[in-house]
Amino acid sequence: MTDVVIDLTVFKELQDTAGEDFIKELVDTFLAEAPQMLNALRDAAAAGDADKFRRAAHSLKSNSHTFGAMTLGAMARELEHEGLDPARQADAGASNALDALTQEYSRVAARLAGLCNG
Amino acid sequence: MAELRASAARLLVVDDNKVNRLLLSRNVELQGYHAASAENGRVALEMLRREAFDLILLDIEMPEMDGFQVLEHMLADRQLRDVPVIVTSSLEGLENVVRCIELGAEDYLSKPINPVLLKARIGASIEKKRLRDQLRDMVRRFATSEVAQDLQQSGFALGGKRVHASVMFSDIRGFTALVESQPPEETIELLNTYYTLMFDAISSHGGVVNQMIGDGLMALFGAPLSLDDCAGSAVAAAREMIELVEQFNLGRVAARKAPIRIGIGIATGDVVAGYTGTQQRATYTCIGDTVNLAARLEAHTKSAQRAILIDAATRHGLGAGVQLIALGDVQFKGMAVAEQVYAVAQDSA
Repeated sequence: MTDVVIDLTVFKELQDTAGEDFIKELVDTFLAEAPQMLNALRDAAAAGDADKFRRAAHSLKSNSHTFGAMTLGAMARELEHEGLDPARQADAGASNALDALTQEYSRVAARLAGLCNG
Repeated sequence: MAELRASAARLLVVDDNKVNRLLLSRNVELQGYHAASAENGRVALEMLRREAFDLILLDIEMPEMDGFQVLEHMLADRQLRDVPVIVTSSLEGLENVVRCIELGAEDYLSKPINPVLLKARIGASIEKKRLRDQLRDMVRRFATSEVAQDLQQSGFALGGKRVHASVMFSDIRGFTALVESQPPEETIELLNTYYTLMFDAISSHGGVVNQMIGDGLMALFGAPLSLDDCAGSAVAAAREMIELVEQFNLGRVAARKAPIRIGIGIATGDVVAGYTGTQQRATYTCIGDTVNLAARLEAHTKSAQRAILIDAATRHGLGAGVQLIALGDVQFKGMAVAEQVYAVAQDSA
């Protein structure tokens, strides 16, 4: 796993093919949608809703990869594949994983905002 | 032309994720296509049933109705079955790809989607759809709409099935002499007019012309698509054919040409109908004693001096409205037992 928040090759290529202005709008959309996905993950974990949990993780993974947020994508992917284990739900591990995910998302959000306005 | 076609193509982007939906629509529009979008499978199906699309980019993981369900619905719907679908998903696992392809998807692209690859796949799919539409038009032209519909519904397979049907044979009396008495161009023109009239009469009563040999034709009533009253339909078509020929003759006589006369034989019973030939070239036909009997009856119209002859089974299928003349038993060549033969009385006769 790489420590780089945003893979710049992926992001530049995205800007080149879709246009910088469009990508700025797309980043805004992502920054508006992603917190809802993080909330959905927490809600689903609390309610034991495995389907909702998997779908939210899947969405976050997909969007992270689109913008080159490889670390965030890998973390979301792990959650998607592990799924919601009812036995594990109460333990601190799941909650820790979500906290780590939220932290990584904050870094991604800041970096994306910087790239669009830089 | 390619540009015009590309700009005319309409694509439907189906994805529950807003970022994916916007980015895919953007890519599609940059390639010169029109893009519409739907946020889940249910909305997509509603749109597909309302308006025509040339291609669908379909996500799998979606709330309300997922991509697999959309593919299943499309496969079951004759209107939607031929719309090409490219699955765009970040679902991992070969089994998901296989499932999509088995459900009729044209292609499977993993997210994040490479725009160059997307462009190539969209171009190929749209071109394939164009060729398929063209092929379907060709099949319609050469195979009658019933056979084309049957092919579309059940696919192409050599082999037959047993069906209850009426078989009709018809040809022009004294055709050889006619051919020798006039230039070949006139004969071709005569045949074209004649066939147009006969096809109209036959298909307007639910029949299918499946063979044309020179001046003769063979038609089926009740196959490939079943018909409630095959005997009645065949006889009604035969009477209309005779009427049309009489009208056609008025024009020929006025142009100082010899009138033509036709003979028609109809037999009813079980036949084995299906596609025969090879995988490369096949024809829809039917086989059985009923077919032989219809051909014998048609040949017998000459010596019986009647325009339409039918067998006992066809007679059983007719209502009271048709006047028949019993001609008694006739022993046909190659037939084990003598057949009761009836002539259909013409209104004008």
